[in-house]
Amino acid sequence: MTEHKLDATLDASAIASPWSGGGSPFAIGSKKLGMWLFIISDALTFTALLMTYSYSRLANPEWPRSVFPIWPAIAFSTTMTVVLLGSSLTMVMAVAAANRNDRKAAVKWLIATMVGGLAFVGLHLTEWHHLIEEGATLWKNPWGTPLFGATFFGITGLHMTHVMIGVIYMGFIAGGFGRGKFTPEDVEVSGLYWHFVDLVWMFVFPMIYLMSVKY
Amino acid sequence: MTTHGATTAHVHKAPEGFIWKYVFSQDHKVIGIQYFCLALFAVFLGMTLSVLMRMRLAWPGVKIPFMSSDFTPEMYLALLTMHGTIMVFMVLTTAPQSGFGNYFLPIQIGAADMAFPVLNMLSFWTTFVSLMVLIAAFFVEGGAPIGGWTAYPPLSALGSIAGPGQGAGMTLWIISIAIFCAASLMGAINFITTTIDLRARGLSLMRLPLTVWAWFVTAILSLLAFGVLLAAGILLLLDRVAGTSFFIPGGLVVSGVVQSQHTGGSPLLWQHLFWFFGHPEVYIAILPGMGVASHVLATFARKPVFGYRAMVYAICGIGFLGFMVWGHHMFISGMSPYSAFAFSIMTMAIGVPSAIKTFNWLGTLWGGQIRLTTAMLFALGFVSLFISGGLSGLFLAQPALDLPLHDTYFVVAHFHLIMGVAAIFGIFTATYYWFPKMYGRMMSEGLGKLHFAITLPGVYLIFMPMHFLGMAGHPRRYADLTGVAYLKDLLPVQQFITWVAFATIAAQFIFLFNFLWSLKFGQRAEINPWRATTLEWTIPSPPPWDNFAGHEPIVYHGPYEYSVPGHAEDFIPQNQDPASVARSLASGVPGGVPGNDARLKR
Repeated sequence: MTEHKLDATLDASAIASPWSGGGSPFAIGSKKLGMWLFIISDALTFTALLMTYSYSRLANPEWPRSVFPIWPAIAFSTTMTVVLLGSSLTMVMAVAAANRNDRKAAVKWLIATMVGGLAFVGLHLTEWHHLIEEGATLWKNPWGTPLFGATFFGITGLHMTHVMIGVIYMGFIAGGFGRGKFTPEDVEVSGLYWHFVDLVWMFVFPMIYLMSVKY
Repeated sequence: MTTHGATTAHVHKAPEGFIWKYVFSQDHKVIGIQYFCLALFAVFLGMTLSVLMRMRLAWPGVKIPFMSSDFTPEMYLALLTMHGTIMVFMVLTTAPQSGFGNYFLPIQIGAADMAFPVLNMLSFWTTFVSLMVLIAAFFVEGGAPIGGWTAYPPLSALGSIAGPGQGAGMTLWIISIAIFCAASLMGAINFITTTIDLRARGLSLMRLPLTVWAWFVTAILSLLAFGVLLAAGILLLLDRVAGTSFFIPGGLVVSGVVQSQHTGGSPLLWQHLFWFFGHPEVYIAILPGMGVASHVLATFARKPVFGYRAMVYAICGIGFLGFMVWGHHMFISGMSPYSAFAFSIMTMAIGVPSAIKTFNWLGTLWGGQIRLTTAMLFALGFVSLFISGGLSGLFLAQPALDLPLHDTYFVVAHFHLIMGVAAIFGIFTATYYWFPKMYGRMMSEGLGKLHFAITLPGVYLIFMPMHFLGMAGHPRRYADLTGVAYLKDLLPVQQFITWVAFATIAAQFIFLFNFLWSLKFGQRAEINPWRATTLEWTIPSPPPWDNFAGHEPIVYHGPYEYSVPGHAEDFIPQNQDPASVARSLASGVPGGVPGNDARLKR
């Protein structure tokens, strides 16, 4: 029989490894890890939708390739992009303030972020309104393959839903953090979500708007 | 590193009142049992549907007593759709992972609960709603959908013009699946976070029981796969209710009517999205069974798992490759032969980690002191079925062979053996093995062995002949053989399979009886009746609501220290103090930790 080596250690070297149990190997709270995991799965949902968009675009010769005029569509969507990116900046400020335990400033920056998010939604709905007036809906559009409308409203609609959920979520966090119920990490976790929603837009904006500019 | 220990999940107080204890419980053990009961209900429902299908196949024109109308081919299709959906989602995805995983993952890693107890409760009740919505599809106008568990468009996207059940029933089906996706994602986030964050001190990744590894990797697969199915489901729902055409091509003629309101979509897109989920789903069903089989084989062979690290890498390898092979479900979709070749190579590559696991199971058994308990028998049955079902996978992985075999009974035989029956054997293994811990009583070994003695030959006699039906060209999903000349001769085979199915299904009632009888009258279980090493066997049976009663276990050993030469006992619990092990090795006097003294005599 071969010699049996029994690995029975709990010495300093074994514990020194962050992966040997007794706590988070990333030295972060479970909520933060959970949010990262949610982001991964949600990213796959958006990936599937953007793949659907790309697949349909390639598979349809009559796909409308010049839809959005510089004014108002591209101007609007560019402004929306700036607003959304700006709200990521205010979110960074909110997290920094929360980490300093400056509750007032953190709430102020969170509210600024919510305003940014609401402005994005408002601009986006105006932009939708323009398109709907021109005759575009989920099942038809005046420019070509009906699927263009389906992918456009489907993807931007799901993204807008995420933005609105984010605004509500931040309102909840701002209220709780202001009253001392939540920790700075809770603010940071909501920040992760917000930055992710921004990041998704950074794929949606070029793939849907900039690739379909009407010169 | 933060200093919080394994009891950080211990945030909730002991629950009070029936509702919070047993209905909206946040205790992972109660939730695990809830999932198990849901799966038990679903498996008997799915089995009933299969009995009706088998009767229709074997005796065309058969009258079913409680059915008022004739047994039409459309009803047959509805039954197979619901059978497949219920079995895949509500049984194979819930019982091994959400059921046993929920119950034992936190205990095996020395935690008081899951990382997110409220999310855990929500994921169960969301699954429950999903099952209810699915069952509701039977009772709406037109009845249950008839598109199979894969719900291929365009017929699944068009509404009731595509057949009975493709109206409201199909809409409910897709809503149910979308809800199920949300529930699975919640569960996956919980499982992964728990495994990463809440392991007890000393429980490094390479000391995790293989069950935990399997649940962990399965949760990662769920996280990556269900998000894509959710997207596909939303798109299919939009096609059905909002007039979009994601999956519906232009110029389609259905029931003699041109579907002129739809144009530009692609049914193949659904196949890509669905199978990107669908293939990993196969591993979501089978990986937990692999973990349990490894665990039980080591326990009852009284030997460490042969090649523990290789087993871990093989689980990860199978999980990774599972995402690369979805195209092998689409060989006949007209895909480029170059793509088919790539998918074929990747598919056959899965044979490598699978073979590593199989050889390591055999290596674990080799030279062991094998104790043929019921759990061990089912674990051996799992290995057997995994090999039998896996080998036919190598046939189907070849595009040239898949062309004739696709959509025949050969495929039915293949996936039932590997995904259905093997995974079910994993569930049986887990049930017989962990029942004493979960309910504090032993199951009857005699009835268990009788159950095994009928079930193993039964499933082989059901599914082995189906390979030959498939090679003879018998298509799947045909309700009736009598209208096709070359299929008529195969009718006796279908009748034989139906008779065996009756016997095998009857044996499942032995299991059900054993389960219910043992709950009440089984012999009281000791803390560690199987003389096993992992942490669940160091706490009372059944465990208290906070598992370790506020105590944080510390782990010093690997998960499978059986028959360590020189040690007085033939097993060393993972938390046994190393000093007492050293004393025992030196003197032959049994070392022990409190709680490990009371053991069933051999």
